[in-house]
Amino acid sequence: MSTINGKVWKFGDAIDTDIIIPARYLILPLDQMKHKAMEPLRPEFAAQVSKGDVIVAGKNFGCGSSREQAPAVLKELGIRAIVAVSFARIFFRNAINLGIPVIECEGASAKVEEGDDIEINLSSGEVRIPKRDLSFSSSKLPDFLLEIINDGGLIPHLTSKGKS
Amino acid sequence: MGKTIVEKILSHASDNSDASAGEIVNARVSFMMTNDAVGELTVDAFEKLGGIPWDSARIAVILDHYIPATTEDAARTHKLLRDFSRKHGMHLFDQTGVCHQVMLESFVSPGDVVIGTDSHTCTYGGIGAFSTGVGSTDGAAAMATGKIWLRVPETIRVELIGKLSPHVHPKDLILHVIGTLGADGATYQALEFSGEGAATISVSGRFTICNMAVEAGAKAGIFEPDNETKRFMAERGREGVYFKSDPDARYCKHLKVDLSKLGPQVSCPWAVDNAVPVEEVQGTRIEQAFIGSCTNGRIEDFRTAAKILKGKTIHPEVRMLVTPASQEVYMQAVTEGLIETFISAGAIICNPGCSACFGGQGMLWEGEVCIGSHNRNFRARMGHKNSKVYLASPETVAVSALSGKIEDPRQH
Repeated sequence: MSTINGKVWKFGDAIDTDIIIPARYLILPLDQMKHKAMEPLRPEFAAQVSKGDVIVAGKNFGCGSSREQAPAVLKELGIRAIVAVSFARIFFRNAINLGIPVIECEGASAKVEEGDDIEINLSSGEVRIPKRDLSFSSSKLPDFLLEIINDGGLIPHLTSKGKS
Repeated sequence: MGKTIVEKILSHASDNSDASAGEIVNARVSFMMTNDAVGELTVDAFEKLGGIPWDSARIAVILDHYIPATTEDAARTHKLLRDFSRKHGMHLFDQTGVCHQVMLESFVSPGDVVIGTDSHTCTYGGIGAFSTGVGSTDGAAAMATGKIWLRVPETIRVELIGKLSPHVHPKDLILHVIGTLGADGATYQALEFSGEGAATISVSGRFTICNMAVEAGAKAGIFEPDNETKRFMAERGREGVYFKSDPDARYCKHLKVDLSKLGPQVSCPWAVDNAVPVEEVQGTRIEQAFIGSCTNGRIEDFRTAAKILKGKTIHPEVRMLVTPASQEVYMQAVTEGLIETFISAGAIICNPGCSACFGGQGMLWEGEVCIGSHNRNFRARMGHKNSKVYLASPETVAVSALSGKIEDPRQH
């Protein structure tokens, strides 16, 4: 689990929650809602994204609403991790609560391209594009957050702890 | 070293009586709120956590985003939330208004820690409470435990001096501050509005300002409670604990705003921090004008707009939507004759709720332009991805509705 490999979907700065999942779709059941992810900006995204893909974006990813549906639709579509220059506060916390690794990485956004095969080492914080010999350092998530992510989110983390 | 008001509230609410910025506290929650936009996910997470509320008397379920039910899916969500809140004996607000206005009318007091599953929960800082928006999982955890872990935020002090000029409003101030800081300029931090100018801003205006703190990325916006706050609380029959920042409190940043030098501001599509003086966009044609939302749907906002619209008619090619933030605001507006003014001017009155701000009504088609008194102008939030939304004060919205283009309220 500590290393993630996936194909990159590239996004810009300030991808807000109304881009990730527009307000009008929030009351759809999640398996219908997920088909609307990123619709205003990239309507092809939901249909073409594959399980294990990774989003690389600029600054303030997930700004706006507190809607947990935003990370939830990305998770439902199989997004394995999100690498961004920075994240909005509520989105960051929501993503971890759903077990999605969110990696703050200053350098990747400028150099990583759509379709690149990316490798993320969660333990060391290293982000690489092996084919192009690119390597970036990121802010490593603290161990207690990695544990939550490993368990698949806060709820499974708490309930599995309760059981053991 | 002195403490900021936020450090004091979070110290008071946790076992760490000396909490400082950067430390993590497990804070006791005074009230927890959820709504119909995210309620289903919250209930789902809550049930997985065991489904036992920590204190039903301190939990509010508020149906506001899709009320009355706009689709079958909304009806499903509403039924689920009604059944859920009744089963647990939680407060249910079904046809009452926007969650934040309802929380302020019914529950919140200075010094409280309030958690809501809506990003604009930060509004309650207007009366000196610490309040912040969270997602459904964190909301469910607060619902089950009455506690939430929080990193005590650093505070940016926005020092206010002077007094706002005529035709310039608290909305103009917060748009200016967001434009200055940027949409991520206060991420993880609190925005404290203090200084001699703070006392000149009404409690309603403070709600407008704190409401939009999240648009700069902030965890909370806050004013120190004062005599204005006391008056507001006395009307509601509540008291609260009045914290103030120490003179030697530590801030991560200072921003000084001379209120007397500020003019009307407008946030341009598609980012709230894209704020400019109204002169720069004056003359922009509009098809829709909206007054409402948890930002500017209060009685004071309606009085301001009605003063402009009284005896006049909106431009024939403009639709105007007016949405009271709550039933209480609606009733007061009826009593004062403001609703009659709006209808006579050609506006349509929508039921209290999130309304057009959330794209629940008043959707825009490709190329259409709306000016609104709400809080977000994100692409596709209010309709077609190539529609445009400008944010402004209720007065700027009202003068623009009359002329069919964005206008400077100082010239009317």
